[in-house]
Amino acid sequence: MSLTHPVASDHQLARLLQIGMVLEEVVEARAHKHHETLGEEVLDSDVVDLLEGAAQESAEHRRRLESLVDGLDADPVAYEEIETLVAARYESDTDFDGVLYDQLCNEETAYKFYDDLIAAIEGSDVEFSIDRDRLLAVLRGIRADERDGVEEVTAHMERRE
Amino acid sequence: MNTQAQYLKTIYLVQEEADGPASTGAIADNLGVSPASANEMIGKLESRGLAEHEKYKGVSLTDEGIGQARDALQTYCIIERFLWEVLEVEDFQTEARQLESVIDETVAERLDTIIDRQDCCPDCFDAETDACELLELEASTGPAD
Repeated sequence: MSLTHPVASDHQLARLLQIGMVLEEVVEARAHKHHETLGEEVLDSDVVDLLEGAAQESAEHRRRLESLVDGLDADPVAYEEIETLVAARYESDTDFDGVLYDQLCNEETAYKFYDDLIAAIEGSDVEFSIDRDRLLAVLRGIRADERDGVEEVTAHMERRE
Repeated sequence: MNTQAQYLKTIYLVQEEADGPASTGAIADNLGVSPASANEMIGKLESRGLAEHEKYKGVSLTDEGIGQARDALQTYCIIERFLWEVLEVEDFQTEARQLESVIDETVAERLDTIIDRQDCCPDCFDAETDACELLELEASTGPAD
């Protein structure tokens, strides 16, 4: 009865990895935008560090995903393009708490995405052009980072209460 | 989007098209599952207060079911529009159907922050073409810059 489809081809896998790249790029671009818009007068140094760390981590995840996308003979998604789209729709009324909440949503969303993607790959017996063990190792590594990220942001929020 | 959400979305669209209860056969056809599987899920939706099934007439969603179905349809619209606008996928309907079970609504919400979706969503969805009417117009003239 389940309508959950396993990943059935290189093409579908590449598409999902491209979506992962976009999610990482959204995190990176929004972190920069929060910092740029609110500045260090509104954001304390802990939160500035958190945003910088999140942006760096997303850039690193993006590079890892890009190497997988390359192996599938698909095109990566250019960061500059996503940065422009984020800037065009950025809500300028975001405040300090909004930044932390946004960051928590980012980490939780990314965790859920990689968790579902790993399950879909594990449910598929298709032989991809890239090594399955390497693919899953990369995705599991990123998922673990996102789980740590959720905990880190939650701890920040609790300290502020 | 989980299995329940995909069923609710389909029942909602079949119901709208039929302007009345949705037949089990049409629901099963639309989802590519057997009528027995569809009946099993419809029973679950009934027990959760999301649908009502009347023998020989078909399935109608409750108000709660309609609310959840519209949310699911919105998630689907986001996936389609994201594929078209950002990744420039021409056959976005086919790919959206392939990907919808892996894209959760929280993920769709993030993708929604970079696309240009209208406030009328999901009322502008056309079940016959499996796409937003506004998106079809855009698709006929090619991806935006």
